[in-house]
Amino acid sequence: MSILSYNGGCVLAMKGKGCVAIASDRRFGVQTSTLAMDFQRIFEMGPHLYIGLPGLATDTLTVHERLRFRLNLYELRESRKIKPQTFSAMVSNLLYERRFGPYFVEPVIAGLDPVTWEPFISAMDLIGCPNMPEDFVVAGTCAEQLFGMCEALWEPNLEPDDLFETISQALMNAFDRDAISGWGGVVHIIEKDKVTTRMLKTRMD
Amino acid sequence: MASERYSFSLTTFSPSGKLVQIEYALAAVAAGAASVGIKAANGVVLATEKKHRSILYEEHSVHKIEMITPKIGMVYSGMGPDYRLLVRQARKMAQQYWVTYQEQIPTAQLVQRVATLMQEYTQSGGVRPFGVSLLMCGWDEGRPYLFQCDPSGAYFAWKATAMGKNYINGKTFLEKRYNEDLELDDAVHTAILTLKEGFEGGMTEDNVEIGICNEQGFRRLSPAEVKDYLANIA
Repeated sequence: MSILSYNGGCVLAMKGKGCVAIASDRRFGVQTSTLAMDFQRIFEMGPHLYIGLPGLATDTLTVHERLRFRLNLYELRESRKIKPQTFSAMVSNLLYERRFGPYFVEPVIAGLDPVTWEPFISAMDLIGCPNMPEDFVVAGTCAEQLFGMCEALWEPNLEPDDLFETISQALMNAFDRDAISGWGGVVHIIEKDKVTTRMLKTRMD
Repeated sequence: MASERYSFSLTTFSPSGKLVQIEYALAAVAAGAASVGIKAANGVVLATEKKHRSILYEEHSVHKIEMITPKIGMVYSGMGPDYRLLVRQARKMAQQYWVTYQEQIPTAQLVQRVATLMQEYTQSGGVRPFGVSLLMCGWDEGRPYLFQCDPSGAYFAWKATAMGKNYINGKTFLEKRYNEDLELDDAVHTAILTLKEGFEGGMTEDNVEIGICNEQGFRRLSPAEVKDYLANIA
């Protein structure tokens, strides 16, 4: 039994044309028992900055709280909204501080630069090794399946509506092949002037 | 450290509500060598006088104007040894910021941290305030910054200012000479003229240090470059 697959769950993020999308499933369970279908894994850290924290549920909550603490102090001290790259470095630093007793989460970050509106995605392992690709990032108990779906479906410069379709299909078909992910889905499409959140109607098994 | 034995602060209020130690520290600053900072439209200049008590001094081995990050520089008036400690601490703070955020520290953030450090030495056991005032210049997010940090821990953002010996005359001079549209070259020229007001003897490239900060970052001018600017005022 791996500690990262105790509660189950998955998150993925994709870059589009002038937008980013981040999506996750909604299951919360204890090994094979499903206990909730409305568990929040993706958190809003700023009007155009979202972080997904798949992994051990208790650490999902704690890392979110600790990050919110650091981020609030940063924004008060610096009198400005944080850039997604800087936030990513902050998360990496927070995780590496616990190098030898880590938080069991594998963050996925998606956002738009507050000044240039450049799309940004990044993911890291549980000790903060960052990965900032040009296309998509995945994490969770069905990461392999998500990789397969994203490789097949993603293409560059997708418009927000097309990006929504792509990310939803990638998510759903991946978590349908994982016993401990699924039970509903949520997708956030982040654009310069609005963020659209949609719940997905999925197989509830 | 002395503060292990002294659990009480040496900086205490006088009946009139002043912290006399800080007043004395400011006196030490006012007795120090003159320094000037001017913010131009496209950069900042720091200039200082390097008073040497003997002709045997090797002028170019030790510098007063120091780089803290590629885009932030610093100069002082007051006690050199205190300054060196602050330079070290400021560099460490800047690197700490880099490690956490993978981003260069904004000038205002560094100034706040250095000023907080200076304030700590006015309210801790067994230590005395720093005997320096610092001028910090930087460039971030496309614009120049100039700040002063005092021994009390207070910090001020300036368009132009003078510190050290003859600073009152220096500031009066700058009030007349400063305007918002100064280019960096004109600002260097004005800074030299401000220093010249209270300069004993002749200004040469060996007894004046100049640093500039612009879009490309901070750098100290070489003696040859200083000589060129000095030639223009002759």
